[in-house]
Amino acid sequence: MQKVIEKVLVLGSGALKIGEAGEFDYSGSQALKALKEEGIKTVLINPNIATVQTSEGIADRIYFLPVTPFFVEQVIKKEKPDGILLSFGGQTALNCGLDLFNKGVLDRYEVKVLGTPVKAIQETEDRQLFSEMLDEIGIKTARSLSATSPEETIRAAESIGYPIIIRAAYTLGGQGSGFCHNREELTQKIHQAFSYSPQVLVEESLRGWKEIEYEVVRDQYDNCITVCNMENFDPLGIHTGESIVVAPSQTLTNREYHKLRQISIDIVKRVGIIGECNVQYALDPQSEDYRVIEVNARLSRSSALASKATGYPLAFVAAKLALGYGLHELKNDITKTTSAFFEPALDYLVVKIPRWDLSKFQGVNREIGSSMKSVGEVMAIGRSFEECIQKGLRMIGIGMHGFVANHELPENDLEDELNNPKDTRIFWIAKAFDQGWTVDQIYNATKIDPWFLAKLKNIHLLKQELINFQRIEDLNNAFLLDLKKAGFSDFQLARLLYNEDDHEAIETRIREIRTYRQAQQILPYAKQIDTLAAEHPAQTNYLYFTYHGSSHDIDFEKDRRSVIVLGSGAYRIGSSVEFDWSAVNAIKTVEQSGYRSVMVNFNPETVSTDYDSCDRLYFDELSLERVLDIIALENPKGVIVSTGGQIPNTLAMRLQAYNVKILGTSADSIDMAENRHKFSALLDSLGIDQPAWKELSSIDDIEKFTMQVGFPVLVRPSYVLSGAAMNIVSNHKELRHFLELATQVSKQYPVVVSKYLTDTKEIEFDAVADKGEIIVYAISEHIEFAGVHSGDATIMFPPQKVYVETIRRIKRISRQIALALNISGPFNIQFLARDNDIKVIECNLRASRSLPFVSKILKTNFIELATRIMLGEKVEKPFKSLFELEYIGVKAPQFSFSRLSKADPILGVDMASTGEVGCIGDDYYEAILKSMLAVGFKIPKKGVLISSGTMRDKIELLKSAQWLADHKFEIYATKGSHSFLSENGIASKQVNWPDVDEYPNALDLIREKKIDLVINIPKNLSSEELSNDYTIRRAAVDFNIPLISNARLASAFIYSIGRYNIDDLKIKAWDEY
Amino acid sequence: MKDRAYPPAKLVLPDGTQIHGKSFGYPSSTSGELVFNTAMTGYPESLTDPSYKGQILVLTYPSIGNYGVPADIKADKLLRYFESEHIHISGLIIADYSEDYNHWNAVKSLGEWLREEKIPALFGIDTRSLTKLIREKGTTPAKIVHGSIDDISFEDPNDRNLVDEVSTKEVVEYGNGNIKIALVDCGVKNNIIRSLLQFDTKIIRVPWDYDFRKLDFDGLFISNGPGNPEKCETTIEHLRSALENEKPIFGICLGHQLLSLAAGAKTYKLKFGHRSHNQPVLLDGTQKAYLTSQNHGYAVSEASIPQKWESWFTNLNDHTNEGIRHQTKPFFSTQFHPEASSGPTDTSFLFNTFIQTIEQCKK
Repeated sequence: MQKVIEKVLVLGSGALKIGEAGEFDYSGSQALKALKEEGIKTVLINPNIATVQTSEGIADRIYFLPVTPFFVEQVIKKEKPDGILLSFGGQTALNCGLDLFNKGVLDRYEVKVLGTPVKAIQETEDRQLFSEMLDEIGIKTARSLSATSPEETIRAAESIGYPIIIRAAYTLGGQGSGFCHNREELTQKIHQAFSYSPQVLVEESLRGWKEIEYEVVRDQYDNCITVCNMENFDPLGIHTGESIVVAPSQTLTNREYHKLRQISIDIVKRVGIIGECNVQYALDPQSEDYRVIEVNARLSRSSALASKATGYPLAFVAAKLALGYGLHELKNDITKTTSAFFEPALDYLVVKIPRWDLSKFQGVNREIGSSMKSVGEVMAIGRSFEECIQKGLRMIGIGMHGFVANHELPENDLEDELNNPKDTRIFWIAKAFDQGWTVDQIYNATKIDPWFLAKLKNIHLLKQELINFQRIEDLNNAFLLDLKKAGFSDFQLARLLYNEDDHEAIETRIREIRTYRQAQQILPYAKQIDTLAAEHPAQTNYLYFTYHGSSHDIDFEKDRRSVIVLGSGAYRIGSSVEFDWSAVNAIKTVEQSGYRSVMVNFNPETVSTDYDSCDRLYFDELSLERVLDIIALENPKGVIVSTGGQIPNTLAMRLQAYNVKILGTSADSIDMAENRHKFSALLDSLGIDQPAWKELSSIDDIEKFTMQVGFPVLVRPSYVLSGAAMNIVSNHKELRHFLELATQVSKQYPVVVSKYLTDTKEIEFDAVADKGEIIVYAISEHIEFAGVHSGDATIMFPPQKVYVETIRRIKRISRQIALALNISGPFNIQFLARDNDIKVIECNLRASRSLPFVSKILKTNFIELATRIMLGEKVEKPFKSLFELEYIGVKAPQFSFSRLSKADPILGVDMASTGEVGCIGDDYYEAILKSMLAVGFKIPKKGVLISSGTMRDKIELLKSAQWLADHKFEIYATKGSHSFLSENGIASKQVNWPDVDEYPNALDLIREKKIDLVINIPKNLSSEELSNDYTIRRAAVDFNIPLISNARLASAFIYSIGRYNIDDLKIKAWDEY
Repeated sequence: MKDRAYPPAKLVLPDGTQIHGKSFGYPSSTSGELVFNTAMTGYPESLTDPSYKGQILVLTYPSIGNYGVPADIKADKLLRYFESEHIHISGLIIADYSEDYNHWNAVKSLGEWLREEKIPALFGIDTRSLTKLIREKGTTPAKIVHGSIDDISFEDPNDRNLVDEVSTKEVVEYGNGNIKIALVDCGVKNNIIRSLLQFDTKIIRVPWDYDFRKLDFDGLFISNGPGNPEKCETTIEHLRSALENEKPIFGICLGHQLLSLAAGAKTYKLKFGHRSHNQPVLLDGTQKAYLTSQNHGYAVSEASIPQKWESWFTNLNDHTNEGIRHQTKPFFSTQFHPEASSGPTDTSFLFNTFIQTIEQCKK
């Protein structure tokens, strides 16, 4: 008899990382919603504390624990769920689930895998099995052989013929994969691929073919639909996560579209998917020949994109199908009357563009290819490709204004930039047009379909025509409308017409152009995404703007009962899911307070862009121009700018200039906190200390100031020639070097130099205030000393090792600042503390990165309180205080260095982590161990390599080294560390630095996997030291061995494993603390 | 080519509404019935589908012309990439036009093709607003006007015998197989013939009013076609007597409506029809759903299905009838298009069903 499903376990995807990001918060949240609707009890395991899915009211029970077989088994043992969902938490959840299945754990506890059967998943994950299966039904896959040894790999490559692509099996987002043109290149890449997986695949290269994807859904009755297809702008060879992607396909005929659609359905039926599946193809640009490249039998990045692109809630439907529903039994959620068994008809296009943050990484390889490096993405909606691509290029937030009217590119070789794609390739296409290249020439260099290139050329031609004019009034309306239809922003028009460089002058021109356009009635129209191209009436609130229109799809109430919440835009390093959590909570509170909530955001990986989460969603730009368009139509009560991170925050002053009502803290106060000079003056007037700093415009002045305050100093240039944007310099030589080679210093481009403090604690103060009075606050403490960016730091809350006096002073200073800035809403202050000497580093009058973490640990929703205050409600101070907590939360960063080949995995003043987790423990050590296990650390069993930097670091590590030695760990140490350990009576084996050609060398031991933890603390910035350290760190990352590069964190980790065995860690849900 | 370089023209509706666009087809005026199709691919197929005779077609997918127009290559006496020899729509209305096309099998742009075939076409129109208007008011007469709006008057093409305009004038044979199929051409799409030719068949394509009773055949096929089914009285007459016999009959679209009328059911005009690639149908009495391509303005009234006949498929969106079959005899038909082209190929198995039925009856 079939077991009744009453309780279901859902696995999340853990911390955000490259290749596995916010899309799984969205799909998991949808699945939980679908289960809830059926009255099923839900249990969620996800250590990613900043997600929406781990918020109150979404799952019945939440475990902030690592998504690993060990912890999931413990939760199963305790919760005894009837079923488990594996396909909503990315590859992390899927791999974990497969492991539990293979070990018989699911059987033992009688947990039924809901949705696609495990056997089917296994068939799709093993490429050999998969291509054999497709071969049986006459479907072509790329010629592929699998190998389990380097020798076998080479034989396979040679039997297929170069060029080939190699991939590690069972990995996410193409880890350990790459193109090889010859045996030499292959030999270089083999070992790395095997470090990810015991199986490596060798495939024929189809470079230059079109890359097409289908999102397929199937139910238990064998009913099957393809919800969406998508075409990559970049041809095969560039990972779909790294490609600009268009939906629906643009260059496929009906025959091609439906041929691939039918094959998708045949595959999905053969595999036996129940739920959602993604099928990727290569399509020959010169015939109808194709190859199936990959099948993902789970929700994916592409399925999240497809959901947002079509309005079809794939994850929600997939969850329902997993429970046994048929597609025809479900309704289309948008129309509410038509069937969910249908394929959306789009009457618009969407363009997805990846967002890279490669400039944050020293030494990183900027080429994009078959493995993923991007950290986020945007989706632009419009009714022409030109409109979409220009919107999208603005949305990615890298300072570009569209396809044209951007700052000059550096003097690189144009041909090389086109041939070898890097993160900025599309802008080199613009440059090629400027230099007279034809569509054909660019096609030959890039293999981007000429249809896309012709569209880009249209934009170029419009620009060429526009630069003949000097005044907006000189353009006739037909031309102006053509420009707007092609996605030109008012900023682009201003820059191209008036050639202004000065910020304020451009701002004035933008205002003139806006006024002129409005007078000429050249305005954008709001259109619905309704899944059926207007065939049936739909009461949908999911909207975008286009200039290809003549009427709005909806009527605007204009009753001042709506509140606009501005979202966070593309996920990037430093701004990700935590701001989505804030925005979603702000929307909810707006609704609870009786207003209509209006969301503006364009990030398809988010929950805030789920049309179900607000009363009205504008999936569009967070630019001044578009936000003003929305405000003009909505006529809202006001706008909330403080819950979406930095993008909305910086809009505050500009919106105020247009008399827009900013809710909460005033724009002037925001400006006072954001502007370095104003904020510094404020602190001085309040008598609050800050690290010494100065804005300087000549090398002499910089040297003079540095002499005054002493090294090290932090140098932030406003114009960067090469290298990282910020740097710490410790001596004159480095200072000179940095100022001469990396930056330009002049009156126009001043440099900010600040005293850099070491051996100092960094403390975060998160709070909500009402008219300057603090209502609720949280103080948390970094484990690492200052110098590690707050986003990369491991943070504990409540603080464990801070003097009571320090806390008192921090509270006092915060009260002063809140009052002085008359804060109403969320804010965050970062402090430096050394011996009760407190300095303020910075203050942000908006929700911070750590807000979801402290809100959930304290079980007090800071955003809810802040939003109610911003809406003008009177809020009572909550009773709870951080001093009464009987448990501890630790927030740990997740790095994605393994994705960023050649990048130095070192922590510094620029943030490098891509995500985070937050785990709870009864004490500090339990919390830190859980959180570090959740970001991929493993408890070492064999050997630990120590190369420990400065004397201070060596001393810091002494006790932990002693513990390791006492517990029979093999300690390997580089020369200096080895002698230091010997002097202190701790046995270690000396290993050579990488540049010494003698065994045992640190690299050999890493390669031979004799080491399962690398502690490498950089000593100073001398180039030799850096290069040796770099090689060790990079090898650790490339061979997938946990790496710690901070002495305080290393000790904390080793103390933790000293106190806790993995079996001692408590399996407690959030509500049990 | 820049958008502004195209001459202006307008779409005019009977209530006086004028919608301005840019002309990229043949620069003449035309009138017809305004209908919309929400398919995202397949304009060469749609434009040559005879069922669109007399209609001005609005495509809701905004970017059209992307992959150009393929060459006139023939296989088995049929144009390989088109559904008939010529464009049948009266006019075309789209949002954004790509004169710069790219595809390996394209030989000309959509605009060139339309001009060759003397079909007017407009782009730069808010096709979503227009579609909503048709959805709310129903299909309406309309005209595309170059020059003065009085140059041409409104007309309802359904007053004409459109089937007669598109049907073959003579008998044409295809294939040389053992199964002989008489195909009544009311405006047949090439892909129906291609689909039938995949089997061991010989197709005898006859005009809509041809008395096929005098032919020697194993199965009878009634094709799709334009306009009001009640105009095809002659075909219905012939069908009535075919229903007396036992030879298998399969009808598609208009063919479905004609078979239903011959059986005694009634047809009616839908408010704005079904024209899309995403119409879901359920096989009655099962859990099996299929996605279908459709193009019809009239439908069979479910309630009027006579005794001994039953509903076969039902539309999952608006629950209209999508097919009927006889309870005992080998007669069946579908409102949707199993031959697809353009559209999804979920129901192509129905051609199998038809051929197997014929083979069984021959035994």
